[in-house]
Amino acid sequence: MTADFDAVSLIDVSRHFGRRRAIARLSLTARAGDILGLLGPNGAGKSTLIGLLATLVAPTSGEVRFGDQPARALGAVLRRRLGLLAHELHLYPELSARQNLRFFGELYGVGAGRVEAALARAGLDERGDDDVSGFSRGMRQRLALERALLHDPRLVLLDEPFTGLDDRAVGVVSERVRELAAGGAIVVLATHDLDLAEGLITRVVLLRDGRLVADEAAATGLRARYRRVVGSA
Amino acid sequence: MFARTALLVLRKDFAIEIKSREILYTTLLFALSCVLVFSIAFVKEGEPLEDAAAGILWIAIEFAGTLALGRTFERERYGETLRALLLAPAPRAAIYVGKMLGIVALLAVCELLLVPLVALLFRSRLFEAPVLLVALLLAGTVGFAVVGSLFAAMLVRARTRDVMLPILLYPMTVPLMIGGVRGTVALTQTPLDQPSAIMWIVLLLCMDAVFLMLALWTFEPLMTE
Repeated sequence: MTADFDAVSLIDVSRHFGRRRAIARLSLTARAGDILGLLGPNGAGKSTLIGLLATLVAPTSGEVRFGDQPARALGAVLRRRLGLLAHELHLYPELSARQNLRFFGELYGVGAGRVEAALARAGLDERGDDDVSGFSRGMRQRLALERALLHDPRLVLLDEPFTGLDDRAVGVVSERVRELAAGGAIVVLATHDLDLAEGLITRVVLLRDGRLVADEAAATGLRARYRRVVGSA
Repeated sequence: MFARTALLVLRKDFAIEIKSREILYTTLLFALSCVLVFSIAFVKEGEPLEDAAAGILWIAIEFAGTLALGRTFERERYGETLRALLLAPAPRAAIYVGKMLGIVALLAVCELLLVPLVALLFRSRLFEAPVLLVALLLAGTVGFAVVGSLFAAMLVRARTRDVMLPILLYPMTVPLMIGGVRGTVALTQTPLDQPSAIMWIVLLLCMDAVFLMLALWTFEPLMTE
């Protein structure tokens, strides 16, 4: 069974945590080649939306569809096509960079060659055998990004991917994101950094209090648009 | 795929533990201290309280196991690696089985030291039927790890996990502890009560099977937020 898809849709999706409403009746479609920027203030629902797309959070109502199939019908087969870089980095600090990538590579059925290539992309081929606990935040972030992309996912979910990166690394990651989209991936990127988002994202999704307040093509003047729709930036 | 994933998770836990030895040392130290304290209380002038050894052995296993469960899943909370495991294209129950086998292995190492120590301090005839003793310990430990791993995984993101784990775990494992203690008493009696010991082992295995089925069935829905 394969689970390839060229679009992911949320159809009238709501998600409540107890009495708190995290996402309210949100509908949205992202297609292959899109770099969709999820923007909004803290508590707007960005991370919940990423959790829903990653199938780690189940909707209270509504449906998440990958291509023409609902997420719940696909299960493990679908997860092979998802890559998530979360705010927490999903790395074991006690293990080395190489051990981390090998472990996740084996879980995804990825060979050792790709692990070495990922280490090189992260700029850590010289320090592959060092424990992650000794790495700076930027090094961890680069490693976590490569871990998330190790299995060539179709849907790439990036929650604050630029945290802790220096200027050069930001440029490298931005270029990597563009390459992924050009290669047919659907990239969903949640960030607070409007300056970095501008010029990178191709679509803007603005969230406030769990509601979709704008879904439009990206254009210049993102900060001004954000202020108008969401409030201060 | 299921077995491969479980073994990968188990191997990863071993790799971390070999590097840090944190859980093994703390669990061992705790279990040994527990037995030593009980020996001071229950051994008077070289004479231990009748059948105390069986209860103390299983209490030490349960307390040490709770400590090991908490620390093992704490590792998966740091960096939210449990979410990364759940996102892998593998049966989610296999991840649970891998974690559970790690706890069984850790407790087995503890028991290798605990059993001789209890036998020595309490003058208990624990080695009268070694095969049955191993079967009893294995059946009880697997049952404890099956229930404990499920609760520890469920509570991994709860703020009150350190309080909630024993509250949920101890009542659920009372039947296992009763089976373990009564089975051990049967094995240390003079003469050896082999039929009772075998009955308790079979009962423990039945409980293991029921708990394992329930855990495999509920793990995925419980772990999806």
